Amino acid sequence: MHGVGIIKGMIETARNFAGSYTDPERLITVQYPEEKLPPVENARTIPFLVYDGVDAMAGLRCTACMICEKECPPQCIYIVKDQVKKPDFVGKLQVQPKVFDIDISVCMSCGICVEVCPFDAIKMDQVFELSTNDRFGGLLVDKTQLAKPNEYFVKLHKTEASEIDARREEEKQKAEAAAAAKAAAPKPTPAPAPAKPPAQAPAAATPPTPQTPAQPTAAPAPAK
Amino acid sequence: MMATPSSTDLAEPPSGNPLLEVSLGPQHPSTHGVFRMDVSLDGETVVRLKPVFGYLHRNHEKIAEKCTYLGSIPYTDRLDYICSLTNNWAYAMTVEKLAGLVPPERAEYLRVILSELTRLINHSALAGFLLQDMGALGTPLMYAFREREKILDLFESLTGARMMCNYMRFGGCRCDLPPGWIEQARSVVAKFPSFLEEFEALLTGNEILLARTEGVGVLPAKLAVNAGVTGPMLRASGVNYDIRKVDQYGIYGRFKFRVPLGERGDVFDRYMIRILEMHESLKILDQALREIPAGPIMDPKAKLRNLRPKPGEAYGRIEGPKGELGFYVISDGGPNPYRYRVRPPSLINLTILEDMCLGQTVADVVVILGSIDIVLGEVDR
Amino acid sequence: MNGLDQVFVRLCHWFAGLFPASVQPLIACIVAITAIMVVFASCFALTTIVERKVLGRMQNRFGPNRVGPWGLLQPLADGLKMLTKEDIVPYSADKTVHFLAPLALTVPIWLAFAVLPFGRNMTAVNFNSGVLFFFAVGSASELAVFMAGWSSQNKYSLIGAMRAIAQMISYEVPLVLSTVPVLMLAGSLSLNDIVAAQGTYTIGGLARWNVFTPWGLAGLLLFLIAATAESNRSPFDLPEGESEIIAGFLTEYSGFKYALFFLGEYLGLFAITGLAVTLFLGGWHAPFQWLEWVPSWLWFAAKFGALIFLFIWVRATLPRLRLDQLLNFSWRFMVPLCLINLLVAVAWYWSGAWKSVVAMPVRWLLCAALIALPYHWLGRALRSASQSPRKYIYAE
Repeated sequence: MHGVGIIKGMIETARNFAGSYTDPERLITVQYPEEKLPPVENARTIPFLVYDGVDAMAGLRCTACMICEKECPPQCIYIVKDQVKKPDFVGKLQVQPKVFDIDISVCMSCGICVEVCPFDAIKMDQVFELSTNDRFGGLLVDKTQLAKPNEYFVKLHKTEASEIDARREEEKQKAEAAAAAKAAAPKPTPAPAPAKPPAQAPAAATPPTPQTPAQPTAAPAPAK
Repeated sequence: MMATPSSTDLAEPPSGNPLLEVSLGPQHPSTHGVFRMDVSLDGETVVRLKPVFGYLHRNHEKIAEKCTYLGSIPYTDRLDYICSLTNNWAYAMTVEKLAGLVPPERAEYLRVILSELTRLINHSALAGFLLQDMGALGTPLMYAFREREKILDLFESLTGARMMCNYMRFGGCRCDLPPGWIEQARSVVAKFPSFLEEFEALLTGNEILLARTEGVGVLPAKLAVNAGVTGPMLRASGVNYDIRKVDQYGIYGRFKFRVPLGERGDVFDRYMIRILEMHESLKILDQALREIPAGPIMDPKAKLRNLRPKPGEAYGRIEGPKGELGFYVISDGGPNPYRYRVRPPSLINLTILEDMCLGQTVADVVVILGSIDIVLGEVDR
Repeated sequence: MNGLDQVFVRLCHWFAGLFPASVQPLIACIVAITAIMVVFASCFALTTIVERKVLGRMQNRFGPNRVGPWGLLQPLADGLKMLTKEDIVPYSADKTVHFLAPLALTVPIWLAFAVLPFGRNMTAVNFNSGVLFFFAVGSASELAVFMAGWSSQNKYSLIGAMRAIAQMISYEVPLVLSTVPVLMLAGSLSLNDIVAAQGTYTIGGLARWNVFTPWGLAGLLLFLIAATAESNRSPFDLPEGESEIIAGFLTEYSGFKYALFFLGEYLGLFAITGLAVTLFLGGWHAPFQWLEWVPSWLWFAAKFGALIFLFIWVRATLPRLRLDQLLNFSWRFMVPLCLINLLVAVAWYWSGAWKSVVAMPVRWLLCAALIALPYHWLGRALRSASQSPRKYIYAE
């Protein structure tokens, strides 16, 4: 019969109308900013730098190896190495960045910098309310704005963070054990021992985890 | 009333009146992006139509020559921005051919699952937008997008982003499934048929829809094949060519699914073929979600950084939701490709727009354009 | 029954009584006019927000809900916006005609409200030929569309205006023809008489509204379809919605003049809905005899509201028709059906003399067949040859 299709369509619309008062599936609006969707663990917007401890600049994990700057597709990361070195979480002196800027108006949230970082120093943040009135410098975030504590990282990405923390804890204990063993061992000859740097490559060679693909076995690049 | 495809020069319009030149676009609510059509009208009938595009050209192919192979992957997301995962797969497949990498089983299953989910979101978006162009005021669009949101939530929990997923890597996938993802995907797939029924009740028997789409924009099969049209448009004209069945790339050979074919090749056939393809995608998803094995997701030989494939060339193609999406990459042994070329299905399908629109009225031009399913990001790259 | 029902009439009489006897009819008229203008202008404001919210709910979303509780102050915000916009008139436009077009749309429509009976004893002007007056005045407002398109000196506006005129003229014919059975069987052109003729009740207590007869049902459907087309609403909103030629005849209007066009369109819708309620749905009568204690103007408002909801519902569901399909539909489907409806009404009237027990079902069957068969044949003729049922083959 003609007109039946139209009638069926109208029944469908009426069902949605009535359902919008009873069925939450039929009224899917989330009234931002009063209501917000819960954050998803893997979501990514802009990067941030992780630091351990309380002092942001001293605990920064980044060693200015420049890998993320090289791999970033739109080239929005600007790093300048510092001449002063600082100790890392196992106690070894490491290069640190003097300037670490990201232009978040260029960043395309691809996450490649996170994937290639050998030190778990840069991770993806989930903030999206980033607009500012300052057209020229407002979207260029620097090291101090990017640095966020490890506790924040744990809150955002619990699974990944707990794994990284476990691994770093293990390496720290290994380094401490090795240092304690060296200190307790009787000193056979005073000259050669202190000259050789401790022969542990810090946390670079990690076994492939289900979360991240096989990381390249990059030793911390010495200052070029 | 189909005029024969005529030359672009018309000496004397049939009715003797001067031709009315209308420019539809580039800012237009119904042209799916910044796209312009210079239409010459004789009264209400289209006598000549010239598509003008390039408003969204972003130098994608040149950028790829400067970026590394890895760095191009996020840019491929933004080609056909509605179906980012299939773009990733086509590019990853091409570079895997160049570099000789083979993804493991689990990665292949993941690729198929995400690809079919992408097909679902593309076809629902198309159904919604086609009806929006016809004046249905957004109701079918909102229903289609309601379902789409569920799949986009799945993408977000797996890849981190709803649209620009950046998930496939050379030799596998970027990261593994979070716990509970398979169950969530299964429940989305289980609820999808009820949405399709709702959509069919709303629209498929609707007399106004039938009147607007039947007999409009007929594409004969021979012309489609000669013009290089691929994808649902080709199958709606009756030609049996689905790259998933022809090439059987990935592990598509293991799944049982059918390929729907239309008979008349008009707008209604193109719309119905996409609805039927959604049903078939659901079948593939059922099978894949059940059979996915455990295991690694990356080829152990694959390197993340500093990939330098041996010099050579490769063409990788997949059956994207819009047609045959192909990547042609020439490598000279360095970290960047020497030449990188995308075969955009939207652009190739767009070339016969004029032939389909001759003799139709202006209102039909908008509907026909909607049924070709173009995305300007892909047309202009 | 009388108290609440006649409260407005009593108010009007009391107010007119404050003035000397010679001007009392004039004062009563002025009160009625003011009341109509106030009520229907606020009805317009309310309809805009209700429409947006109902459309939103049908599309699984809220409508506007930020301005005021439940968005009820949204019309105020919209009105303020329209009033404060700059009024741009094209340089080469015909200024007088451009200025007069919105007025030519709105003023005749206000006249149409004068003859509608809103309740018992609540008609502003009691004409003998109310229906004729209504249609004459309604058609006068169609000239405004053409004035708008012509004066804009814009070829797209002109094309849009010509399409709009073609549509409105084509649908005048079914609009009027579908009301002819009502007039025939009521025997009068006066709207009050037509309402009175629907005021009796059958044995079961159900009122004898025109819509409860086969010809009345068909007539109401035809009337409502023609009314949708006359008011340029979806699925017939080609003149204003089909954005391939920008906004049609409304392109060159901004600010308050645009608001006036909008107002005129909605008022036209209200007038036609009021007429549909009067002619087919029994005006201000209750549907069942035991419900007569509810005031009559409340019944009118309820039926009116139901029809407006129907219009909004149709708008949310259906896509737009193309112009040639629209005109085909009117001339080749609706006009023949309206003429056949006349025959059905006559058959119903003559078979009203049958006195057997099975008279009612037989009458219904006869009249339904008389209208359903042409409906089927005409519908089939309307669909073109490319619409045979489709089969889709599957390749493996």
